[in-house]
Amino acid sequence: MSAPAFNRHAVWAIYRFEISRALRTIWQSLATPAITTSLYFVVFGAAIGSRMTSVDGVSYGAFIVPGLIMLSLFTESIFNASFGIYFPKFTGTIYELLSAPVSAMETVLAYVGAAATKSVVLGLVILLVASFFVPIRVEHPFAMVALLILVAATFSLFGFIIGVLANSFEQIQIIPMLVVTPLTFLGGAFYSISMLPPGWRTVTLFNPVVYLISGFRWSFYGTSDVGIGFSLGATLGFFVLCLGIVIWIFKTGYRLKT
Amino acid sequence: MPEPIVSISGLTKTYASGHQALKRIDLEINRGEIFALLGPNGAGKTTLISIVCGIVTPSSGAITADGHDVLSDYRDARMKIGLVPQELHTDMWETVWATVNFSRGLFARAPDPAYVEKILKDLSLWEKRKDTINTLSGGMKRRVMIAKALSHEPRILFLDEPTAGVDVELRRDMWNLVRALRQSGVTIILTTHYIDEAEEMADRIGVINKGELILVEEKAALMKKLGKKRLTLQLQERMEAVPPELADWNLALKADGLELEYSFDSNSENTGIPALLRRLLELGIGYRDLNTQQSSLEDIFVSLVSGQRGQS
Repeated sequence: MSAPAFNRHAVWAIYRFEISRALRTIWQSLATPAITTSLYFVVFGAAIGSRMTSVDGVSYGAFIVPGLIMLSLFTESIFNASFGIYFPKFTGTIYELLSAPVSAMETVLAYVGAAATKSVVLGLVILLVASFFVPIRVEHPFAMVALLILVAATFSLFGFIIGVLANSFEQIQIIPMLVVTPLTFLGGAFYSISMLPPGWRTVTLFNPVVYLISGFRWSFYGTSDVGIGFSLGATLGFFVLCLGIVIWIFKTGYRLKT
Repeated sequence: MPEPIVSISGLTKTYASGHQALKRIDLEINRGEIFALLGPNGAGKTTLISIVCGIVTPSSGAITADGHDVLSDYRDARMKIGLVPQELHTDMWETVWATVNFSRGLFARAPDPAYVEKILKDLSLWEKRKDTINTLSGGMKRRVMIAKALSHEPRILFLDEPTAGVDVELRRDMWNLVRALRQSGVTIILTTHYIDEAEEMADRIGVINKGELILVEEKAALMKKLGKKRLTLQLQERMEAVPPELADWNLALKADGLELEYSFDSNSENTGIPALLRRLLELGIGYRDLNTQQSSLEDIFVSLVSGQRGQS
């Protein structure tokens, strides 16, 4: 039997493996973000939000929902994908992947696909939890789901890169903690950038996360800080950038093989 | 001339650290044989296997597996190859059933529960199929590694130190399993630093040391060469010279005339020992004790490896 041009059995095997790994810890995977989100709503929605005026015609509690989903989506996508590829490196089980008739792109497809799937499910769970606390409307549901998938795939790809390059668990955690979380908090997850003084507003526009959150919020409430086309372009741009880096890493055989 | 299933030519590997693991390896593995790669730790055995299997990239040289180049035609080449690594690297929280099926999929094979069932039964793992790997004993884990390597029906199986650290019983089982696999047409390449393992299992033996293959030979021919035996007689009285009556046996005096040494070919029908002992009796030469020694694969291995050490 000669080898197929596309090793779909391998992609499916890795995908299933990654999903079953998540299912083993399903309650931790879902309970943690559900509780965290609930806390955000108790604090920002009920306690503080009740004293705030509505933002762009939306109650503050509802306004922060898209930002909260994005925050979890970023960190969980990065964590899932980086852990997924780093763990076999750490335990040594990667020997099997390296000796298998699997191309680099199939590897990426399987790991990133699985990580993105988990993130999308997580995003929908957070949305569900949020709907218990605040009235939510989704004006553009297709765009919402499409953005959810695109952002999940992009950050999973980003996480995969981190996992391939990482040499320790600390390195895996450092980028989400030091870069992504601050950029998200400063990227308008909890406020509209129109609330900022003009000088800071300009500075904020250099933060790529602003475009992601703004675009996602537009799919909910139809209002945004920056144009939706611009948001979509920025998201796609980041996706293509990550894809390019992954291709380059594998072309140069970097880090996985000696 | 048997047709080679694995062909390695001009293979070298220098790691990024500058360590030259393989100097220049040329080797052909015949279809259907059991080939034992023998060598001390750090000789390059695992590096050689890892390169053929695609885990390590070669610095130079060409390798084909069942006619497929392992780099340019890696998909076809790798589908033919199974690898049981030395370390027990496996996912501890997976069940035996899941992990073996995972391996099959990874190697581009459509699911075949009947085939996986057969492998697990052959390896006495069927009862454990629903257990997670972390609950298994070391020997069982090693069987799982073998099941994973066989899951995609490879034609070439690499076993890297298959019996390192396993108990005697499992070692026997492993040997029987390897023989059964060969019977089914699988070519087997195993590395070992146990000489008796190579002696027991292999059709051909290659000795590797410091990244160089210093010997590749049929085991039978090698054993024949090594088939020299020595009979040593400890004499009751010192002897000045070997008596002319004993000239037929080409004896040597050792230990200051207190020992007579006779070298003979243990493979020949007539060793000449009974006649020698009879003649000694006739001549009234008394001896206190006698013993025979056979040079083993170990002897030649040690002399080869230490000889090379002496050169460098």
